[in-house]
Amino acid sequence: MPLLELTNVTAQYGPVRVLHGISLAVDDGQIVALLGANGAGKTTTLRAISGTVRRDGQISFQGRSLNRLAAEEIARAGVAHVPQGRGTMSQLTVWDNLRMGAYARRDRARIKQDYERVLAAFPALAGRRQQLAGTLSGGEQQMLAIARALMSRPRLLLMDEPSLGLAPLVVRSIFQLVRYINKEDGVAVLVVEQNAALALAASDHAYVLEVGRIAVSGKSNELQREESVRRSYLGY
Amino acid sequence: MLQGIAQQIVSGLATGGIYASLALALVLIYSAMQLINFAQGEMAMFTTFIAWSLLQAGLNYWIAFLLAVLIAFVGGVVVERVVIRPVEHAPPLTIVMVTLGLLAIFNGLAGMIWQYVVKTFPSPFPAQPISVAGVVLSLQDLGVIAISLIVLVLLFLFFRYTRLGLAMRAAALYPESSRLLGVRVSWMLAIGWGLAAAVGAVSGMLVAPIVFLEPNMMQGIIIYAFAAAVVGGIESPLGAVLGGLLIGVMLNLIGTYVGFIGNELRLAVGLAVIVGVLVVRPAGLFGRRQVRRV
Repeated sequence: MPLLELTNVTAQYGPVRVLHGISLAVDDGQIVALLGANGAGKTTTLRAISGTVRRDGQISFQGRSLNRLAAEEIARAGVAHVPQGRGTMSQLTVWDNLRMGAYARRDRARIKQDYERVLAAFPALAGRRQQLAGTLSGGEQQMLAIARALMSRPRLLLMDEPSLGLAPLVVRSIFQLVRYINKEDGVAVLVVEQNAALALAASDHAYVLEVGRIAVSGKSNELQREESVRRSYLGY
Repeated sequence: MLQGIAQQIVSGLATGGIYASLALALVLIYSAMQLINFAQGEMAMFTTFIAWSLLQAGLNYWIAFLLAVLIAFVGGVVVERVVIRPVEHAPPLTIVMVTLGLLAIFNGLAGMIWQYVVKTFPSPFPAQPISVAGVVLSLQDLGVIAISLIVLVLLFLFFRYTRLGLAMRAAALYPESSRLLGVRVSWMLAIGWGLAAAVGAVSGMLVAPIVFLEPNMMQGIIIYAFAAAVVGGIESPLGAVLGGLLIGVMLNLIGTYVGFIGNELRLAVGLAVIVGVLVVRPAGLFGRRQVRRV
């Protein structure tokens, strides 16, 4: 049984339907990429999973239906969503942002260990604990968003365009971190990305969205090799 | 003369502390929902009546005080859940009307239950004055200042150091992000109402010995609290406190030394302060600080 399974999921903003029946699966410990052009519904797919958009169809996580759960309960169930724009709480300190990541947890002793672990993995944040999060650079804010999500000890990490607006070098180190987290903790990752080459290289499996439907899916390394897929859907 | 002024300042700080507490209650709710709770004063009055009933039943002052604060907290939570939550996403004007309705309801209920006869409410502090360096101070004033300060410090510690306090700040500033981290934002609002009601209850119990207890006792006080909150920049707790103290001292000095204003025109001065601040400095003295990347 997959960790996360979407079956025929639709979603809409008011009267405008954005997803027209999407089915996809993420296995335990897998990195899955969600690719596609602007407006294909990538962000909406993530929002449907995390419960921040009106949706229909079947969404199950660890065998449990997420359909009727509110966003905060889905987060508590183990799904961490790093939204586009990173959701930085800019007027709180870096440290308070991390504390908020652990908000829903009760295991004090392990939370303490996790602070240390996260700060060790993100040394750029360690020296800036008391700084307001809004004063961090874009790359640091992205790292903070990931670190904060990890503080919740998720089973599944949803990431929306982590590369947006960042320098190529920073993007590479962020993807390295994602891989590292995935290996280390066995956290499954569903990542939305415009940069197809980058995402295919980092993921195990990929889905290509086209105006609210899944157009192609397959193993990332196979998709990477298929000339026709690359040309028609990925544009490189 | 100088000693007289010092005396007036201290007693101004005492009334200012009361305004500050009520202003703080207003700010708590405003920061969380961008909404002025016009019923804040009446809720404070109502819980003061509850405290009065507890005292009539023979309870020790401080036990009645704490019980009333606790009842106010629970009451605030219930009011938010039952009355405000259904209109949470309604236009601001709708919610304002709802709080005005609450004002009328609490006022009427208090009149119904406890009548409109003026009652005396005891003060826990002795009435006799003490003299410090030639300045005569009333223990009553010093006690009120002390309690106001304790409330402020407790609130500060709560919001600064506790997990729940942090989550309440996060939920107020970043509701979307907070939900994604598992914060039950809607409950945070209810707890905010509870805290505001509890802080308001303190101001009610502090002011009741001075103005006497009756259903309309907070209607003047709330104007000064509005003024304090506006002076401080409606979203700043520290601003509300300083604004409250400032207005308390100012009104006292003006009332004593500016002959033609006296006691009758004090309320008008409070309103003039609100208008004046809004014209000259709409964000107040401590309007929200914007973070800028450098």
